[in-house]
Amino acid sequence: MTSTPTKPTQPVSAQAPPRPHGPVPRRRVRGNRSQLLAIWLFLVPAALLGLYFKSIPMAEGIRLSFFKVQPFLGDVFVGVDNYLAVLTDARFMEALGHTVILGATQTLGALVVGFLLALLLEGQARSLWILRTTIFLPVVTALAVVGEIWRILYFPTADGPLNSILGWLGLGPLQFLNGTDTALWSIAVVGIWSGAPYNMVIILAGLTGVDRSLYESAGVDGATIWQRLRYITLPALRPSLVIVLTLAAIRSLRSFTEVYVLTGGGPAGSTEVWMTRMYSLGFQRNDIGVASAAAVLLLVVTLLLTVGTQVLAKRKAAR
Amino acid sequence: MSPTRTRPYPPSGSAGARFDTALGWSPRLGPNMVLRAVLCVLVFCIFALPFAAIISGAFDRNSSPTDISLLPKTFTLQNFEAAAQQGLWGYLLNSLVVAGGGLLLQMTVSVFAAYSLSRRKFRGQALVLLLVLMTMMLPEEIIGIPLSLVLGDLPLLGISLRGTVLAVILPVGIWGFSIFIMSEFMKEIPAEIEEAARLDGVGEFRMLFTIILPLCKPALGVIGIFGFMMVWDQYLLPLIAANDPGDYTLTVALSVLRNDTTVGPGVLLAGALMAMVPSLLVYLFLQRSMIRGITSGATKG
Repeated sequence: MTSTPTKPTQPVSAQAPPRPHGPVPRRRVRGNRSQLLAIWLFLVPAALLGLYFKSIPMAEGIRLSFFKVQPFLGDVFVGVDNYLAVLTDARFMEALGHTVILGATQTLGALVVGFLLALLLEGQARSLWILRTTIFLPVVTALAVVGEIWRILYFPTADGPLNSILGWLGLGPLQFLNGTDTALWSIAVVGIWSGAPYNMVIILAGLTGVDRSLYESAGVDGATIWQRLRYITLPALRPSLVIVLTLAAIRSLRSFTEVYVLTGGGPAGSTEVWMTRMYSLGFQRNDIGVASAAAVLLLVVTLLLTVGTQVLAKRKAAR
Repeated sequence: MSPTRTRPYPPSGSAGARFDTALGWSPRLGPNMVLRAVLCVLVFCIFALPFAAIISGAFDRNSSPTDISLLPKTFTLQNFEAAAQQGLWGYLLNSLVVAGGGLLLQMTVSVFAAYSLSRRKFRGQALVLLLVLMTMMLPEEIIGIPLSLVLGDLPLLGISLRGTVLAVILPVGIWGFSIFIMSEFMKEIPAEIEEAARLDGVGEFRMLFTIILPLCKPALGVIGIFGFMMVWDQYLLPLIAANDPGDYTLTVALSVLRNDTTVGPGVLLAGALMAMVPSLLVYLFLQRSMIRGITSGATKG
């Protein structure tokens, strides 16, 4: 879900207290001994927690990925066998396909819907503000709760909540989460529903920054609404959206909760994604070595893509 | 392009207002406005009505998801009584303890670490910063399996946290995002502010709490709401940290309520409603911080 915020390139600094004499170069105090001790003590809680719950698990995960893990019998080193097992496992490859489809659909869908919402709800009026606040609710709600709501809305009989609405429109009842060819798309819709309002807020902030006089001169020149959007609004939004979107796409590679809650990977494996496959291998089948190899692969891909994005963004900014 | 940039707002209703939105919505009554109103109602239905259905369903006597309606047909509190028998309040208590403890720990850890990283210079600082950035990039979902092993048998200490609230509280205590937000904010506070206090011989601890922290309220709001949402949204962690379903947080326990075929969807919805209320309250109180947190990252391209 989108509630894990992306790393802001320049967080909250706009609200920092004003500097008294213009931009003063920051002076950091190189302190005396007791001061230095305090500084290091302040870092101890973060270091301990990071060590125990980030570093050790990560190292352990990498180590286990090279072992056949057997409780009570002792671990046996197997080299890259676990990695080969992942890469040749048909269900993992299928899960990879689902992960990419789901990620792409959710990310792009949430962008388009978020953009449309922002265009519709842009403005100063109080009623618009209330509406914006209301439709942000899906973002704030825990993903597990969102999943449970949609499981009920998607109830697959003809008199299920969503199917009744489709019925009024003259559309046939859909199987939604129960159909092998509709389940993945149904999950994607939930992801879009809970992600679009987040994008809307980002896009609204971008829209505020668009120079109004440009709209005015476009109006004078007789530009159509489409031309206005295409040549004024979109270029102004692009810089703020690209990074946020890329990071969201990378994050979608490890979506777990919504799939686990909505379908658990079923029906017939049609919504199995990388994380759910990994989870069922590691925790239900206790194949910890192979599951760890899958985790390491996901980690490597995620890190490469994240670092790649940051480097590209920096290079672009430098130009 | 910062969102706070001043721009002349044409008085509403004037001809210039037409240019105040990207689509040029007209503030005057007309087909344009009717279209916008219709679309707004539609959007409201799509994003808000499912929540109305939860609330109604939680108070309604219903036996199948096909009975869900926007207003309860027969108002009842039975769902909550049935959910209580399934352990609803225990789950909610787990959730609240985990969220409260986890958030408190996370914010404390972040404030201390951010102070060291942003206000002082020391040898090895670059390395520590790199480590913070690395934990930011290391997605917690990925280390789920080894983390569950570590929680079952803490290295060196040899104790098991599994089945205790600490198994969720401690791992969420370290969050790179929160440390990063805090230290970026503290960097902007001018060094002169500390000087007078420094001459009076104020120690680091009091410096942080009486001088620096009161200036950081906006950033505290941001890490507060994002931290809460991060902790409340945890799913895999409480799942692997539990010894038995009694240890689940409410969000995870919803699947237990759902899988119990002896109870109707009303009981599940009663649970879902209780899992929603805290995040709703936090959102309503800290909404500004939320919006600020989202947009500050995005507007500086």
